[in-house]
Amino acid sequence: MLKIRNFSYGYLICLLAFIYVPIFVMMAMGFNESSDYELPFRFSLIWYQQLAGNDVLWRAGSNSVVLAVASTMVATVIGTMAALAMARHRMRGHAILQILLFPPMAVPWLILATSMLIFFYYSGIGRGLHAMLLAHVALSLPYVIIVVGARLQSFGADLEDASATLGANPWQTFSRVTLPVIAPGVAAAGLFAFGISFDQFVTSYFLAPPGVTTLPVEIYASIRKGFTPEINAISTIIIVGSMLLLAIVSKFYQFGGSK
Amino acid sequence: MKLKREWIGYGLTVPAFVWLCITVVLPLMMMFYFSFMSRMPIGNAAATFSLKQYASFFQRDFYRFLTWRSIMLGVHVTFFCVLIGYPAALVLARAVKGRWRDAILLLVVLPFWSNALIRIFAWTMVLRTDGLMDQALHFLLPGAPSIGVLYSYPAVVIGLVHSFVPYMILTCYVSLQAIDDSLIEAGQSLGGSGLTVFRRIILPLSLPGLLVGVVLIFIPVVGSFMEPRILGGREGIMLGTVIEDQFTEVFNWPLGAALSFILLGVVAIIFAAAYPLLKNRLKVA
Repeated sequence: MLKIRNFSYGYLICLLAFIYVPIFVMMAMGFNESSDYELPFRFSLIWYQQLAGNDVLWRAGSNSVVLAVASTMVATVIGTMAALAMARHRMRGHAILQILLFPPMAVPWLILATSMLIFFYYSGIGRGLHAMLLAHVALSLPYVIIVVGARLQSFGADLEDASATLGANPWQTFSRVTLPVIAPGVAAAGLFAFGISFDQFVTSYFLAPPGVTTLPVEIYASIRKGFTPEINAISTIIIVGSMLLLAIVSKFYQFGGSK
Repeated sequence: MKLKREWIGYGLTVPAFVWLCITVVLPLMMMFYFSFMSRMPIGNAAATFSLKQYASFFQRDFYRFLTWRSIMLGVHVTFFCVLIGYPAALVLARAVKGRWRDAILLLVVLPFWSNALIRIFAWTMVLRTDGLMDQALHFLLPGAPSIGVLYSYPAVVIGLVHSFVPYMILTCYVSLQAIDDSLIEAGQSLGGSGLTVFRRIILPLSLPGLLVGVVLIFIPVVGSFMEPRILGGREGIMLGTVIEDQFTEVFNWPLGAALSFILLGVVAIIFAAAYPLLKNRLKVA
């Protein structure tokens, strides 16, 4: 029995090494002086200094953040509304919306992105940050609706009925009863939406007109031009930043909520 | 009052509905329409209805070869994700307990919050000639030849397995962890060996999670283009990268549209063909 246990832990350690070693190597190389990733390792901050002067990347970074914040807000609000309607108002038409939630998850993003490029181009919507916002929200919506919907399902409509019986109007019921209860679900959904938008490469790549980029699009362009440790530096900042954000958020919210 | 409630219900779903129509339904319909165009409708040049784009798929071996490659890539990556992910989920759900389990699960999921592109880029550091893998080998065996596999098919598979294995671990973990201990104990007390208990109880009951993982991994991998591009170089040409080219380099959108729908069709056929099999397997469970 002890043998099985040791083997289990050994296996998990190998797995974690497989997952993390490339990431750590990549981060370390951002602090290496050589521009060709040559060893021996000589510590240097030169790539971070170069990065500080790279206006294109900074602009791409601020685009990414603005886009992710906007997409999170829109997707969370629209998605919560839809989840609420689907959980509490039985009616025809829900089946259609439910079917519409599948393609963003079941069709490869490459195909969704290129089809949006065609449609946006010929319908006059065009490319740019607004087009990316349309795409990011669409990809986040199914996740928001599923996460918030699960939360709504878990507590039933009794509290809301009680509130309505006591004379609250629908808005009062929502803001004082429903929203506080589903808040952890909404927060988790928002975090999902933020992650999907901030990491979104495929749709942004096809919907970016020349001169307007986001961080992933810019990183892809740099990788294809040739590797420089500057990419390692910006990647390290993104990884550390996302981890910090996740740590902060998880400190404030109990994910999945109290059951 | 009843009527008003219903209107609120409709009103709440309208924004999501309209949003998905503009970003998913109309674009896919327009793309389908585009796939029947003879050429790119730019300027005065009129495009006519034509089956040319689809015909080129059947006339040119190149596209069929790429479609086959993309499917095989999906099969290989999914296979290795099962091979690596299922045992990990089994160990986590059945052998590891308490805080260790939470900590390891968190560590498995955490990289999801870092960019997919960055994780693929990270592998170039490991796999390139003189990268970490070479350095490690030369440290152990000075003078050994280089085993840098960057810009090859195995590199693409390694990178994609790394990206997608957490999905498999999570979906399998959820269904493995839900298995009632008493079922396993009953199997053991009736004299079933470890292998029998696994084959007759654990595997069938965890199959739904396994299959969800397979679907979640297979579809995006078949349509991948960024990973084969970065890790595969010349060896990374897939249907996905050719579709990307039609939209970013060649500007032959009708061909790109037709290839996209062929890809979608192939994926749909694979799942339709597998459906009876999947359904029966699920019924056993």
